[in-house]
Amino acid sequence: MTDTLKPRDAKDAEDAVRWALDHDKTLEVVGTGSKRAIGRPSQSDVTLNLSAVAGVTLYEPDELVLSAKAGTPLAEIEALVAAHGQELAFEPMDYGPLLGGAAGAGTMGGVIAANLSGPRRIKAGAARDHFLGVTAVSGRGETFKSGGRVVKNVTGYDLCKLLAGSWGTLAVMTDVTLKVLPRAETTQTVLLLGLDDASAVQAMSLAMGSSCDVSGAAHLPGPVAARMPLAAVAGAGGAITALRLEGVAPSVAHRRNALETLMKPFAALSHFDGADSVALWRAVRVVVPFAASGADDDRPVWRVSAAPARGAEIGSRIATQAGADVLYDWAGGLIWIALPPSGDAGAAMVRGALAEGGGGHATLIRSPAALRAAVDVFQPQESAVAALAKRVKDGFDPRGVLSSGRMWAGI
Amino acid sequence: MVAMPALDAAVLARREAIVHALHGIVPGEGVIAHEHAMRPYETDGLTAYRQLPMVVVLPETTEQVSAVLRYCHTEGLKVVPRGAGTSLSGGALPLADGVLLGMAKFNRIREIDFANRVAVVEPGVTNLAVSQAVDRAGFYYAPDPSSQIACTIGGNVAENSGGVHCLKYGMTTNNVLGLEMVLITGEIVRLGGKHFDSGGYDLLGIVTGSEGLLGVVTEVTVRLLKKPETARAVLVGFPTSEDAGDCVARIIGAGIIPGGMEMMDRPAIHAAEAFVHAGYPLDVEALLIVELDGPQAECDHLIERVSEIARACRAVTLKVSTSEQERLLFWAGRKAAFPAVGRISPDYYCMDGTIPRGKLPLVLNRMRAMSERYGLQVANVFHAGDGNLHPLILYDANKPGELDRAEQFGADILRLCVEVGGVLTGEHGVGVEKRDLMPTMFSEIDLNQQQRLKCAFDAKGLLNPGKVFPVLHRCAELGRMHVSGGKLPFPDIPRF
Repeated sequence: MTDTLKPRDAKDAEDAVRWALDHDKTLEVVGTGSKRAIGRPSQSDVTLNLSAVAGVTLYEPDELVLSAKAGTPLAEIEALVAAHGQELAFEPMDYGPLLGGAAGAGTMGGVIAANLSGPRRIKAGAARDHFLGVTAVSGRGETFKSGGRVVKNVTGYDLCKLLAGSWGTLAVMTDVTLKVLPRAETTQTVLLLGLDDASAVQAMSLAMGSSCDVSGAAHLPGPVAARMPLAAVAGAGGAITALRLEGVAPSVAHRRNALETLMKPFAALSHFDGADSVALWRAVRVVVPFAASGADDDRPVWRVSAAPARGAEIGSRIATQAGADVLYDWAGGLIWIALPPSGDAGAAMVRGALAEGGGGHATLIRSPAALRAAVDVFQPQESAVAALAKRVKDGFDPRGVLSSGRMWAGI
Repeated sequence: MVAMPALDAAVLARREAIVHALHGIVPGEGVIAHEHAMRPYETDGLTAYRQLPMVVVLPETTEQVSAVLRYCHTEGLKVVPRGAGTSLSGGALPLADGVLLGMAKFNRIREIDFANRVAVVEPGVTNLAVSQAVDRAGFYYAPDPSSQIACTIGGNVAENSGGVHCLKYGMTTNNVLGLEMVLITGEIVRLGGKHFDSGGYDLLGIVTGSEGLLGVVTEVTVRLLKKPETARAVLVGFPTSEDAGDCVARIIGAGIIPGGMEMMDRPAIHAAEAFVHAGYPLDVEALLIVELDGPQAECDHLIERVSEIARACRAVTLKVSTSEQERLLFWAGRKAAFPAVGRISPDYYCMDGTIPRGKLPLVLNRMRAMSERYGLQVANVFHAGDGNLHPLILYDANKPGELDRAEQFGADILRLCVEVGGVLTGEHGVGVEKRDLMPTMFSEIDLNQQQRLKCAFDAKGLLNPGKVFPVLHRCAELGRMHVSGGKLPFPDIPRF
């Protein structure tokens, strides 16, 4: 059994890294460990668990800013800002259900380390776009800071961008500052019924290119819609394409009217108000149809980011070739794929289809550890970029103390 | 004045051979070596600093950029990249022993892809040209720095440029999806594309705002947005800046994110009104322009709520635009604020700190005291929505000592911004201008960590040296680890 170190504060975290350096030990950096099953399996000697470095340290709703220690539960932050009519606009998704763990178990630091976002990514950006400032311990055992607490800041390199999505491989974040935004007063969803993937992506593309200010655009093909936890979706008897509108009531009413006029030629329409709309997008956000507790779901799951208009071409090809289920978010730009188990978890086929479809990146989110050790979990990089990434890693963590090997060998 | 890196006499001695070699890579008029012809490149938007480069190169293809950089890397030559030269922080200031790499010939829009809502453009395309190219279909590119008719997309990426709509629509970094860029070694890399986010480290996010120190961008993929159906503005005058600040906080507190929210103080109001006659009230201490955009129904609804809030905040004048013409008139004064100040003073020095919005009255009061101490007037325009402050310090460069005093005054303002929890620069960049102030915001450890990132891209430190970092360390020195001699005892940390 690996040892676990549980720092009480930022100073403890720095001490832990210094100790590891001095004793040639390697650390696996985790919050609560809710996303541990993502990435190449850890080969670290000791787990560095940040869950006790927790607590909101600053929240000024009028300034749209919040600072928290990295181990603060995301659920605590979401509840706090919701009580002030605000939200994390990037709508961070939660890997819990997909990985067979509890929902709502992750930390703020974990959300940033994985650069999570949800359906509103297409309008509001990802965690990276809302991440204003950080204090972190590098793999050199030095505490550094970057950014600040204001939105508009170009002072020095934007290290926040680099740490977002670095999966603990560059530095141990101890304090983070984020932009928060007002939560929309009203939400409604326009539904298109029975579209095939290609038509759905066309419709979503048209909707996104309209003045309707769509804040979510997802397509659930029939078999996937059938696995949704909403009776009205599961019972629709076919595919559902959902377009979300948010804002003040008169604006949402106006835009719904415009959007329905625009979408009418594509399919029969329906709509969700209030609670149903919220429930639908929550289910899309955490990919409930592929949840590990679902009917057969130990299938490998891939997350593919592609040019949105090419989404259907990529998704349909994989669905047909492998008998896979696919769910499209981000107007086709995010494709969740669950496919039957195979020797490489479908890596060659998924990445082949992606390359044919204009490129992007494919990450193996769920699969047995043995497979994650054998295939590239993260998108393989072109050689000059891979070499650059390795030099960046060396600049932060020259001895490979921090979660090394989680993304690629040596990184 | 900020000191630049020491001249390399050996490089200057080889100048003729270097010019010849560059001619071999970029034939014809792509290499400029005569003093007169290089004169237009001696400065950028920070005109107090001037320096002729050793030679100017204007490549036309990515392959030429790659070959030029590979040559400079091999020969150990410094390189200063340049777009349109509108930097307000001296980001494109040449070096006497450096190659100035002008990207102006990269001026084509390569692809407009409405289905994916992106445009693929060369870095020398101007910011405004992108919006103009997609206007026919009702799209635009959101970041709108005030230099947008001249500044280039490549420069916008280098500086992470903003504009008046950042609060709602983000800065350059939030609106760029992909880059092609050339490293100093000549290697060509592609980061991102038409898809969202990175599958590995977000190198695109690091390159954006890196001020030309990490690589030379040769292609940019930007997000396009649909233009809002309408926009309406409200012009509000307040008896004190505290009231105006309170109004801004209450608008945001009410859950409203305006498309633009600009504030001006009394000197700026008077200068602007005298210049463009926008109908600004002259008996107020602070003027706020709040613009709402979106569908008509939304604008009408929100403008009413903003007006109610403003009245509750002791507004003494309040005008809602009733036509597009009137909305543009409200903006005309604000947009002309810089030249308007230029009319009442021989020279002005534009600062660019960001502060937490709530600190505005405090900062304005302290600035007034400094203004008296330095004997120099200051006018303020302020992106109130996101806390980005642009104090304009009025001075006369022909009066001995005034430029120095203006620079010291500016530095004091920026230190004040940091002191109240803000930052040195919100959108203009560090460049040479704020380089030596970096230690007021960052520790040596912070700055060394940033430089290690620089080392990953440019180990020889050849790209734009003398900018951003006050002290340049050798990469080998930065890479060294100082581990304690004896073994550290197991730390007192709870374990399981």
